[in-house]
Amino acid sequence: MPLSAQETEIKNPPVSRPPLDPHLKALENEAIHIFREVAAEFEKPVMLYSIGKDSSVLLHLARKAFFPGRVPFPLLHVDTTWKFQEMIAFRDEIAEKYDLDLVVHTNARGKAENITPFTHGSSFYTDVMKTEALRQALDAGGYDAAFGGARRDEEASRAKERIYSFRTPDHKWDPRNQRPELWNIYNGMIRQGESVRAFPLSNWTEVDIWRYIQAEDIPLVPLYYAAERPYVERDGMMILAEDPRLELKPGEEVRHGMIRFRTLGCFPLTGAIRSSATTLEEVIAELEIATVSERQGRAIDRDQSGSMEKKKREGYF
Amino acid sequence: MTASASTGAASTGATILPFAEPAAKAGARDMRPLRLITCGSVDDGKSTLIGRLLWDTKAVKEDQATTLARDSGSQNDLGLPDFALLLDGLQAEREQGITIDVAYRYFATERRSFIVADTPGHEQYTRNMATGASTADLAVLLADARAGLLEQTRRHATIAALMGIKQFVLAVNKIDLVDYDEAIFDQISQDFRQFAQSLGIRQITAIPMSALKGENVVYAAGDASMPWYDGPTLVEALELATVRSAQAGGFRLPVQRVSRPGESFRGYQGTVSGGAIKPGDSVAILPSGTVANVKQIVTFDLVRNAAVAGDAVTLVLDRQVDVSRGDMIVSIDAQPMTGHHFDAQLVALQPGGIEPGKRYWLKSGTRRQRVSVEPLSQLELATGNWLPHATALGMNAIGKVRLSFDEQAIFDTYEQNRATGAFILIDPDTLNTVAGGMITAQRTDLGGIQIQREGERIILSLPADLAEQLMATDIFLKRRDETSIRRMTASQASEFFSDAASDI
Ligand SMILES: Nc1nc2c(ncn2[C@@H]2O[C@H](COP(=O)(O)OP(=O)(O)OP(=O)(O)O)[C@@H](O)[C@H]2O)c(=O)[nH]1
Ligand SMILES: [Mg+2]
Repeated sequence: MPLSAQETEIKNPPVSRPPLDPHLKALENEAIHIFREVAAEFEKPVMLYSIGKDSSVLLHLARKAFFPGRVPFPLLHVDTTWKFQEMIAFRDEIAEKYDLDLVVHTNARGKAENITPFTHGSSFYTDVMKTEALRQALDAGGYDAAFGGARRDEEASRAKERIYSFRTPDHKWDPRNQRPELWNIYNGMIRQGESVRAFPLSNWTEVDIWRYIQAEDIPLVPLYYAAERPYVERDGMMILAEDPRLELKPGEEVRHGMIRFRTLGCFPLTGAIRSSATTLEEVIAELEIATVSERQGRAIDRDQSGSMEKKKREGYF
Repeated sequence: MTASASTGAASTGATILPFAEPAAKAGARDMRPLRLITCGSVDDGKSTLIGRLLWDTKAVKEDQATTLARDSGSQNDLGLPDFALLLDGLQAEREQGITIDVAYRYFATERRSFIVADTPGHEQYTRNMATGASTADLAVLLADARAGLLEQTRRHATIAALMGIKQFVLAVNKIDLVDYDEAIFDQISQDFRQFAQSLGIRQITAIPMSALKGENVVYAAGDASMPWYDGPTLVEALELATVRSAQAGGFRLPVQRVSRPGESFRGYQGTVSGGAIKPGDSVAILPSGTVANVKQIVTFDLVRNAAVAGDAVTLVLDRQVDVSRGDMIVSIDAQPMTGHHFDAQLVALQPGGIEPGKRYWLKSGTRRQRVSVEPLSQLELATGNWLPHATALGMNAIGKVRLSFDEQAIFDTYEQNRATGAFILIDPDTLNTVAGGMITAQRTDLGGIQIQREGERIILSLPADLAEQLMATDIFLKRRDETSIRRMTASQASEFFSDAASDI
């Protein structure tokens, strides 16, 4: 929907922020460049929106890239139906607030067969409800480019990935044969059915993400901040105990404590950390002295070395 | 002073505990990061070096250290982890014990932050080394102290230099395996300095190192093993290096897209690739040559009063002009070269090489157009000489070529502007990226007389008296019926050849 003349008139924003430091500014510029390049070169881009902190930064950058226009592509959320409840509420609020086209997809087969993280194990569950679901949604939408918020510092196989990461028609990644990617000249030429995953946040670290959220005042799901919450200890993780579908095993009990999350995924597979950081400043202060990586709280990354690469080859983000 | 690999990281409800000394205070880090690569021949220890660097700067977290200890096995007799595994993250790499593709890692010291690209030494994967080199400010070139400079070492140094890297650290690695012999270090350093001279590299820091043992990486080896060396450690050298300054020169904005959210707004979006701009400045739109003034510089945050190289902006002009993706908005008084013919250097990146006469896609900035490539010479790595070479350039060859475009192309030389002087070639059959190239000059032949080639026909623009002399020759008269002649005044001619105006 085209905006009226009045709406497109540029005004100074009511709050003026101090300028970004040169490091964050360079990262922001690079991400905006990638957004615009993909939007210009591909017929039908989509942005994967997982509601987490990286997605929140990604969305903020997309809005900046296309301002004063709308974000010119839809957001896709692959809903496994096992997300934290607060995430879903936050998602819908953001879509409304920023006038976004939101596409939500759930793997109907997996749902019909009642494939859950509790009954089928994290690895099979992830294959069906995340990877297969994603492939279904991308095929259904006919998208030829998909933005993701993955960062190279997250994991060793991600560290190898191009900014434009080529995918075959069946969404496969061939890490041994990636296209060269020189300077910031991206090769967006593909055949019918092939696609590209584009990663504007490739060169961001976890600390960069948090400092940018602070500098730009980006709203986040409250689960990132510490609060008194109910949890259950299972498999060396603290799992949030708010969803009625979580059944306690013998010997387990619901406890309460100050906890928060460093990453957000499906609640049964995401471990909390003990923390007293209730504000952004405190979260950053904690992060700067953290001795474990953020993926440590994620069951699906811990299965084995190389498990992320395997999932990615099959189409996972 | 290394992080402990034995800490049980997967314990219940991991609490975040402070390290005794945090590796870096992110808040203090407000410089742009230094981008560097490691390069050199296969197995020289590139990945081990970066792994060690990450380890010693505390960029490896406990859970990662645990995984590393688990995956390392007993691969060396020193009881040290296999630091290369921190970089070699692909299954195929771990199985074969080599690096296949470039890994990007991020770390920081108290002084600054770094983006490091660990590139593969194997010749087959030179394309991935070039990928890493294209964006780097500095190259750490490794040489195995036992082997010295190999052909692949020279190839990597050459590619790095061609791509505009001016700062080199020569890491004479595995010095522990030659009994810390100073003479060997001196010899290899001297060999490299000599070779580097032919590449025009002047800034070289040579450091004797053991990547595996961490000597002269973050911590100085000192009297324990190398009392004869009192130069900087690798990290000290990196902290002193300079980040490429933003492109000076004329303003350049390759247009990525036109933003038209409503009737009243029309903006041109792109990243400033050179110079600076402010409202009121006059600009030309290339290739059309239309002129306009900048009315506004729009960003999400505010309407700005200036934009400089690197900034992603939206420009609003003061009049209705025809601008589309692939055009370049430039300062009116310092314009880039426009024309149909350019000279360039390139690196062939794929098994098919670069074939003479084949029509490739060329992408530079936001502009993609058809081009045919004529090889002229190829670099002989052993001697550093350019040898005439008119046939296909094989994979990994470094060549000088002539580019011919169907439509006007817009470039600066790579020397002047890395962003508007670089290009990639895309094979129209495979759609893969088959070469990376750097513009060296606009093509001007015959002592400065502009010639323009259209298939087998050439259009020459000559002064009238010179043309008359030429037309009076026998050879011309014999083939008079194959030629067509138009007489024009200089101003008509310059309009006719407006695409080549900068050369007349
Ligand atoms: N003794 C000793 N061994 C080393 C040193 N540096 C690396 N190595 C060993 O050399 C071997 C190769 O090391 P890598 O780091 O994989 O070499 P690379 O240069 O990354 O290899 P490619 O990426 O495949 O070109 C490993 O077994 C290392 O442990 C060193 O300083 N001293
Ligand atoms: Mg390696």
